[in-house]
Amino acid sequence: MSMQTGLVTSTPQLRTYAPTTDVSVAAPAPRLEIVRAEPVTARRDPRTEPGPIRLVIIALAITFLSVFVVLPLVVVFASAFSKGVVAYFAALAEPEALAAIKLTLLVAAISVTVNLVFGVIAAWAISKFEFTGKTFLITLIDLPFSVSPVISGLVFVLLFGAQGYFGPWLQAHNVHILFAVPGIALATIFVTFPFVARALIPLMQEQGTQEEEAAISLGASGLQTFFRVTLPNIKWGLLYGVLLCNARAMGEFGAVSVVSGHIRGETNTMPLLVEILYNEYQFVASFAIASLLAMLALITLVAKTILERRLDEAEVPDGD
Amino acid sequence: MAIEVKNIVKRFGSFAALDNVDLKVADGELLALLGPSGSGKTTLLRIIAGLDWPDSGEVAIDGENALSRGASERQVGFVFQHYALFRHMTVFENVAFGLRVQPRAIRKDEATIRARVKNLLDLVQLDWLANRYPSQLSGGQRQRIALARALAIEPRILLLDEPFGALDAKVRKELRQWLRSLHNEIHVTSIFVTHDQEEALEVANRVVVMDKGKIEQIGSPGDVYDNPATAFVHGFIGESIVLPVDVAGDAVRLDGRPLNIPALGAASGAAKLFVRRHDMAVGPAGTGALEGAIRHVRSFGPIQRAEVALSGSEGKTVIEIDAPRDRELQAGEIVSLQPRRYRIFAAQ
Repeated sequence: MSMQTGLVTSTPQLRTYAPTTDVSVAAPAPRLEIVRAEPVTARRDPRTEPGPIRLVIIALAITFLSVFVVLPLVVVFASAFSKGVVAYFAALAEPEALAAIKLTLLVAAISVTVNLVFGVIAAWAISKFEFTGKTFLITLIDLPFSVSPVISGLVFVLLFGAQGYFGPWLQAHNVHILFAVPGIALATIFVTFPFVARALIPLMQEQGTQEEEAAISLGASGLQTFFRVTLPNIKWGLLYGVLLCNARAMGEFGAVSVVSGHIRGETNTMPLLVEILYNEYQFVASFAIASLLAMLALITLVAKTILERRLDEAEVPDGD
Repeated sequence: MAIEVKNIVKRFGSFAALDNVDLKVADGELLALLGPSGSGKTTLLRIIAGLDWPDSGEVAIDGENALSRGASERQVGFVFQHYALFRHMTVFENVAFGLRVQPRAIRKDEATIRARVKNLLDLVQLDWLANRYPSQLSGGQRQRIALARALAIEPRILLLDEPFGALDAKVRKELRQWLRSLHNEIHVTSIFVTHDQEEALEVANRVVVMDKGKIEQIGSPGDVYDNPATAFVHGFIGESIVLPVDVAGDAVRLDGRPLNIPALGAASGAAKLFVRRHDMAVGPAGTGALEGAIRHVRSFGPIQRAEVALSGSEGKTVIEIDAPRDRELQAGEIVSLQPRRYRIFAAQ
């Protein structure tokens, strides 16, 4: 390729692009047959860039992807398996690791369930009803996205900590929120709150309220309308939101780190344990847990792609 | 069932969508609400259905207060302009929906529901589409399914919101006649909203013409066409020639020149003369109330449509008239025009 480019640039301007753009038209008849034998169509497409530029752009993209996505993934798995498969599974079977996995699953289950319910309710209210303060509510839902997770965690410390607003009362009644599962769940719920609502609002707004009105005029109650009409129409969007919410809930570090207290075997989630083990030079154990999170990410990506395809199908406007 | 609407007021912010509307619909009627967009006709329909609530006023269906009940309790069939079929259900399930959501105490058994849906699909002549999804149907088919779905609940009244508005012209014409004959068959009190005068005049027993949240006229199709009650109705229904005139006693003047037609009791002052295009008789110059030069003639079907520049207006006032083709008109010819039928309304 570079040879060709060199040759071409040395010829006069007008002819410079001739070989790439006008071969079949400008070339004499006998050569035309030779040209035809080559797959010339792709290059002649005027909608795309010339070959060399495309190569450079593609190379850039691949380099970027390798350095920032593929390489880290490879490193994670390579380090996890650096002492062999036995060491890898031994690391995962450690009581601390198992406790962290269990806690992470528990917290994710709680926060996804809560956000599923509240996300659907919020999206339903925002997209199907008109009321004052709607824009404000939408902004409020986005708040966890714009606040640093550490600050989100600190808010709960301020509320429920020993020096916090409810701290003394909680202590007096022997209720543990901070440095315990409830605190971790609360922080995670806060951080992952927008996912479900955000996935649903545009979808539900686009679908409008006509089908619901039709259902009600046919005698359906509010609940019947929701479960028979609204929910089936949003199921793929809902799954999409749940998927992203779950991925974030399992991977959340900042907010959880602030409220967890890092009690070994009790309040360490997987991301927290990865850090602790790494700081203690237990690289295999650290990367073994990290590899689980990486796998979660990969599964999420695949599921997300499939769901996005479903969503596109669901949104195909029905022609008249 | 009869419907009675009294003193309905509905505002959206400062905009009065309905301004003290009264309406009585007799049992078994097929009534059209006709008006331009923003006239409040759809709002009125939605209030009767219970999908919107008036700020004040009363709605009674069959003598009982409808406003104390929600839309789901009114047993009102509603057909939407954009069909609003449930996209995730088959045609069969769409029609069955209203029967399946009934309270358990009165819900029919599966066999009865199936038989009823089958009957309705036969009624709209689409039983062969039962297992399709709405996205696989044409617009006309969807609207017929929507109608079957609304009829499934044995509605006391049937409300149709621009039912043919989203369809192309040919399908629209077919469905109009079909709706007409369907109504003859099932006789349910029906109100349909349209902005298409032809549709209203062709389908309805009675037409309610609305503008700016008020009812302008209620009457038979022939009535609203031949005897428009207001300037708006005359201008909105059918093609009209409108000329600004002055009325003094029984004399009518256009641009200061007397027109030699009686004022028909119109009040003195500035007014508007309304004449249907085909109600303007064309004669030789010097024999009619108006005179003008023919600028352009197009002939099609049974009529010839001529553009006439009225004399005395420096050729600025140009009107279009429809004349029969018994005598071919020529461009450049000077003719006289005599309104056979006309109305004069005081200018607002």
